[in-house]
Amino acid sequence: MAVTAVSGVANRPIPRLRRLEDERWLALTLLAPTAILLGLFIAYPFFEGVLLSLTNTRVGIEGGFVGLKNFEKVWNDSIFRTAVWNTFWYTGVTTVFKLALGLWLAILLNRHFRGKALVRAFILLPFIIPTVLSTFAWKWMFDPTFSVINWTLFQLGFITKRINWLGDPDLAMASIIVVNIWRGVPFFAISLLAGLQTISPELQEAAAIDGARPWQRFWYVTWPLLLPVTMVVVLFSVIQTFADFQLVYVMTGGGPANATHLFATYAYQIGIGTGLLSEGAAISLAMFPFLFLIVVVQLLYIRRVETR
Amino acid sequence: MAKTKRRSVLKLAGGTALGGMAGILATGRMPAFAQQRTVHWLKWVDFVPATDQMFRRELMPEAEKALGVKMNLETVNGNDLQPRITAAIQSGAGPDIIMAFNSFTHLYANSVVNVAAIAEEVGKREGGTFKYAQAICSDGKGMYMGMPWAVIGGMIAYRKSWFDDVGVTKFPETWQEYREAGKKLKAKGRPLGQTLGHTFGDAPGFSYPYLWSWGGKEVEADGKTVVLNSKETVESVKFMTGFWKDAHDEGGLAWDDTNNNRAFLSQTISATLNGASIYIESLRRPDQYKTEKGEFLNKDILHAPLPKGPAGQFGFHLLQSNMIMKYSRNQDAAKEFLKWLHQEANYRKFFESQKGFATPCTAKWENDPLWNVDPVMTPYKVAARLGQAIGNAGPPNAKAQEVLSKYIITDMYAKAVQGMPAEDAVKWADAELKKVYGT
Repeated sequence: MAVTAVSGVANRPIPRLRRLEDERWLALTLLAPTAILLGLFIAYPFFEGVLLSLTNTRVGIEGGFVGLKNFEKVWNDSIFRTAVWNTFWYTGVTTVFKLALGLWLAILLNRHFRGKALVRAFILLPFIIPTVLSTFAWKWMFDPTFSVINWTLFQLGFITKRINWLGDPDLAMASIIVVNIWRGVPFFAISLLAGLQTISPELQEAAAIDGARPWQRFWYVTWPLLLPVTMVVVLFSVIQTFADFQLVYVMTGGGPANATHLFATYAYQIGIGTGLLSEGAAISLAMFPFLFLIVVVQLLYIRRVETR
Repeated sequence: MAKTKRRSVLKLAGGTALGGMAGILATGRMPAFAQQRTVHWLKWVDFVPATDQMFRRELMPEAEKALGVKMNLETVNGNDLQPRITAAIQSGAGPDIIMAFNSFTHLYANSVVNVAAIAEEVGKREGGTFKYAQAICSDGKGMYMGMPWAVIGGMIAYRKSWFDDVGVTKFPETWQEYREAGKKLKAKGRPLGQTLGHTFGDAPGFSYPYLWSWGGKEVEADGKTVVLNSKETVESVKFMTGFWKDAHDEGGLAWDDTNNNRAFLSQTISATLNGASIYIESLRRPDQYKTEKGEFLNKDILHAPLPKGPAGQFGFHLLQSNMIMKYSRNQDAAKEFLKWLHQEANYRKFFESQKGFATPCTAKWENDPLWNVDPVMTPYKVAARLGQAIGNAGPPNAKAQEVLSKYIITDMYAKAVQGMPAEDAVKWADAELKKVYGT
């Protein structure tokens, strides 16, 4: 019975399966799971967020449509403006440092030395430890009273008074930047290392034979070939840093006096802390145009580099 | 032959056996035998660990026996209550009873059940509910959004011997005296400690009463007209900047609610506004905390209320209440539980386990012998009576809560301490308040 059924199918394929022989249908079928997942968990919440930001919904109170009023209120909010400036500054500074240090580390790790595998594994540690956990450790290191950094500087005779790491607006910003760089460098280093390994050593050798110095070899051979990878890594990092939340939330809660608020932490404070869900949604959506612009510019650049 | 419709069969079944299909459909409730009579109570992790232990070991099993329900007690960090409440309300599912801090009651008023009957009964029985608790838990028009639970009083914990050392044998009564004492203490490397950071308890617990004691207020009694930018407020900010430099540990700008505890226990500060947790911790582990002279630290700690200003003496303490959520399917059981919990014998178990950390919201408990057991804790007994709610002189409504959760009052002082001229800091805060109050 079973045998006849199988042979029947083999001899005479049912039309539904034949349809998959058409590449367009096959492509659609294979894409469907991803599309459904993206739609359900990315697109749907995003549109819900957009709708929410156009109402005056509070926690437990269904709101009515108010147009762009939330965005207007947010735009005139001095704390929001501080948060915008902070986010740009935070993202800009950390990205530059992460790229420079990550590249340097990647080039060092690309050489042959004993214990290479072990060192590469260790480099990844900051990236592997859950952010909240490592940030708590940093918080202790920057503690106003018990900072181990202060203690060390004091013992070495560099300072006579405690440095108020998280209590001074500029130092607080510097502190969270340092922690973000520490956490982000491994991602850059490992990704760029992967990029470096795709570059054929023969190119380097050929350049060396032609008399190129190490710096010239880097600038004219390595860097251009590494650029596409670099751009993708920077793109990911910028998006993540721009929307960073846990690091600031744990270290400073946005203080002192809003000096370290970012988009995400301020949106949380307004949406959850104050129950103004729609306004909180408006604040997080305000990130969107900036991020969109960054993504478009970088993607265009990557395309240009790739087609060159 | 008569036709029998499916619906009429269901109806028949519903009529004969109460709780049949139609009955369930009509009432939206499960029949009694299948109904889960579980009451899920979400509260903070108590700063006095003995209390939560007592709840789990004694009160919850007793409640299950007395009420015939299954109790589910869940505890989370105080800072995590709000995200949980928001998620529960928005999804329409979650704990039946949730503990509220301060004006959460007003913020979530639309999503909770009126518990006026219980609150009024307990108030009547226990000599009246204090005004502070009434303002926070009710809307003044017969609706109680939360059942007043307790006040976690904020008092200044200070080192008696260190104050004695600089010639201050009685705790300062005014801000001016406190500043002078602090100046002498700071000169000896023993500054006062106070947070002006973004943290829920100690920061507003200091900045609001401080503002009020100078005569500053957020709004008029109408709850709309913002009047923060006043001569009194500016004076308070000016005094604060000097006070900070003269007497405070300047790390306080970054402290959260735990930093001052650690600083005090490790003897780097001489006084700080605090619930009684520093003292209780020093009692719990006496051998770990000793003074520089090798004596028990807990023998050198005393408590005092925040000093007086030109306009009087105030306190803003953490008031906790329990809200029964509207989405709950066990509202009746939840009400029964709260009623049972507030019976004197049961509430007393909680009260005594706290050893004075929590002050009840009704008058009767103020004269309880517990307050005489440890004189160091006695000052806390008036916390609920002297407390004042935020949004002064208006109601502690959702707007006032918005101002609080944006830390505007605290930041006003923080900005000035960081160098902004007092007038500008007040102007900034006043403008922010006007945006919140929509005026």
